[in-house]
Amino acid sequence: MSQKFNRRRFFIYSSATIGSSLLLKACANNSPTATESPSVPSPTATGSGDSIKVGILHSLSGTMAISEKSVVDAEQLAIKEINAAGGILGKQITPIVEDGASNWDTFREKATKLIDQDQVAVIFGCWTSASRKNVKPVFESKDHMLWYPVQYEGQECSKNIFYTGAAPNQQIEPSVDWLLKNKGKEFFLVGSDYVFPRTANTIIKAQLEALGGKTVGEDYLPLGNVEVTPIISKIKQALPNGGVIYNTLNGDSNVAFFKQLKGAGLTPDKYPSMSVSIAEEEVKAIGVEYLQGHYAAWNYFQTVDTPANQKFVAAFKKEYGADRVINDPMEAAYIAVYLWKQAVEKAGTTDLDKVRGAAYGQTIDAPEGTVTMNANHHLSKIVRIGEVRQDGLFDIVYATPTAVDPIPWNQFVKETQGFSCDWSDPAKGGKYKQV
Amino acid sequence: MMSIEDKRVLVGFLEALFNGISIGAVLLIAALGLAIIFGLMGVINMAHGELMMFGAYATFVVQNGCKELGGVWFEFYIFLALIISFLFTAVLGLILERGVIRYLYGRPLETLLATWGVSLICQQFVRSVNWLLVIGIVLFSLLFFVGLQILNYRSNLGKVRNWAVAVLLFLSLGIAIVTGNLFSNQQALTLPWFGAQNVDVTAPSWLQEGISLIGVQLPFARLFIIALTIVCVAGTYLFLQGSNWGLRIRAVTQNRSMSACLGIPTKKVDAITFALGSGLAGVAGCAISLLGSVGPNTGQNYIIDTFMVVVVGGVGNLAGTILAALGIGTANFLIGSGTLAFLFSPIQPLADLLNFFATTSMAKVLVFALIIAFLQWKPAGIFAPKGRTVDV
Repeated sequence: MSQKFNRRRFFIYSSATIGSSLLLKACANNSPTATESPSVPSPTATGSGDSIKVGILHSLSGTMAISEKSVVDAEQLAIKEINAAGGILGKQITPIVEDGASNWDTFREKATKLIDQDQVAVIFGCWTSASRKNVKPVFESKDHMLWYPVQYEGQECSKNIFYTGAAPNQQIEPSVDWLLKNKGKEFFLVGSDYVFPRTANTIIKAQLEALGGKTVGEDYLPLGNVEVTPIISKIKQALPNGGVIYNTLNGDSNVAFFKQLKGAGLTPDKYPSMSVSIAEEEVKAIGVEYLQGHYAAWNYFQTVDTPANQKFVAAFKKEYGADRVINDPMEAAYIAVYLWKQAVEKAGTTDLDKVRGAAYGQTIDAPEGTVTMNANHHLSKIVRIGEVRQDGLFDIVYATPTAVDPIPWNQFVKETQGFSCDWSDPAKGGKYKQV
Repeated sequence: MMSIEDKRVLVGFLEALFNGISIGAVLLIAALGLAIIFGLMGVINMAHGELMMFGAYATFVVQNGCKELGGVWFEFYIFLALIISFLFTAVLGLILERGVIRYLYGRPLETLLATWGVSLICQQFVRSVNWLLVIGIVLFSLLFFVGLQILNYRSNLGKVRNWAVAVLLFLSLGIAIVTGNLFSNQQALTLPWFGAQNVDVTAPSWLQEGISLIGVQLPFARLFIIALTIVCVAGTYLFLQGSNWGLRIRAVTQNRSMSACLGIPTKKVDAITFALGSGLAGVAGCAISLLGSVGPNTGQNYIIDTFMVVVVGGVGNLAGTILAALGIGTANFLIGSGTLAFLFSPIQPLADLLNFFATTSMAKVLVFALIIAFLQWKPAGIFAPKGRTVDV
């Protein structure tokens, strides 16, 4: 049979060859998503007999990667330190890292995968409230456990989530108080268009009304959008002689906003801004020149002066490089791992119900000061306000003298006024009215 | 002298004008390259945003380099960055055209799909590029293309040539991958250059402030971008109308086969047009690095708006693109900042409707709706191409 070996056959044969060899390679090698950190111990296929698997679920790509990648680093550092000290209950911890890719549906997919396929003992993850709201049904239906390390808008108290970041009364409310006392009474609210800024602004507007301040304007930018000219124009119109800008933008939009704020002549002496999503990492990414003199409210700054913090900063810089910076969500994630470890050791097992019960009342000497886990799944923490200084770190201009207890259901908003959360008492649960 | 009220209205009007022009200028400079490629060549380039992203990253690299040199270099690095972005992305566009687009002329759907795939590749490339990857690619290109040249010299191969090319492909791929694996445990080589996060491009200090003129605040960065846009548009116009190559480009656009008969090297003209469009995308990338963040997803933020501008302006028409960019920019600003709602405040129901749209998110929705309505009226854009349309 004489065959004409023409171009068509060549393409068909070569693509078949390449295709089948790629298919074989993919089937043979089932490695999980790789991270850039060199210290990740690769998960082995051996059973969980001598290791405990934990899940880490953050955005490693997309608009939120700028913030979330460093949180993964902090969690990895905590796991590495615990492993070096002997692990938990004699077993080593194996982290399985998944990328939510700044897509909230991907977060839900990966959470399901970590719980069902990898059978992890716990998951540390999420940053945006949108991602958390999307994975919450997964954790509740499978009765699993998520440790969520980022400050958020409250109005939530899930049995299956432990919140090591600040509730609004531990970040937003004290900052508004401080601004009213020190910076002015007229506020313009700017935020990204999703659940956290919208809810936070509801809280701020209610608080301002109750305390004699005034909301002169409110505007939202789609996540990732960089066209901020209309917003800046609105701010100038609403606050012609200066005023406070309360900023709840998240991700890339922050970069555009501050770069153009400076160009538009809105300097922090007349237009001080308070941000709740800008920390040391974002200052580095945006550029100190644009942010100097603006404020941020957190529970932790890298410049906090406690022995635990000095140790933490030194260990982090040794592991990841001297030019890395540490911010509040990273510290909250770091202590989340340690708090979980303490709960597991107290319970003597990784069984979720027992660990949950053992977590209440856990206290730890964190880099931000002593924190205590309450029965409402939130931490009591100190509140601090920092001003961006020339080297990119924060000068702490205010700190509460003692730890502030968390109030997940906001008391300024009519619908949740009077409600509390207590999971240690089966009669009370996530949302009950205090009589 | 004008009363306070009148002065406020005048200032408001001037501010609206300036802001509309500056938003429009950003859209225009981003859309210029696409307008040339889409308009003159009929190629839908979904990788246009990524070319802008590469221009922005080139600016980042130049910024870092000039930071090392310090002093006057760092103050004026933006001009060096403009030139380097243009050249770098023009070369990338050339490679893209030679490698992918050339085989897909006259097939817009395939071009769309192929360039979209290229955009995904570019995004991931920027996230994971490290020395190892670059070494691998250089090694592969050297082995494969040099080998191909050597094969071409030996003309007695005939039928065996296809097999030989396949063998050469696998061999060079294999050698590059093996070399990569050999060095894969070297930290210095496998560290990503940029990573998946955004990188910090700080404008030189003279571009960070602004000046106040008649009560209107004019940021220098915006003025710089408007000036840059004017220079680019003028330069493109002069090139297309005044130079020999511009003449050839216009000839090939109007009638490819006739131009080929007259001795115009159509393949070279295609390559140059594409390189020009890509270079302009790189310059746009340099401009947007002054306004926002630079990251692997920067291109995605601009691609939709640029396509809107090109479609509304009419294919193949520079004047249409300019008008469309300014129009969309002004509309976006007027609706988003509430100025339009303020102007119509006497008519209450209309004012309420416009107030609902007065946030940036909703303004985009209304602008999209207006564009769709406009396209129902004039489907081919503001300046539709007259005469017999060359089928794409």
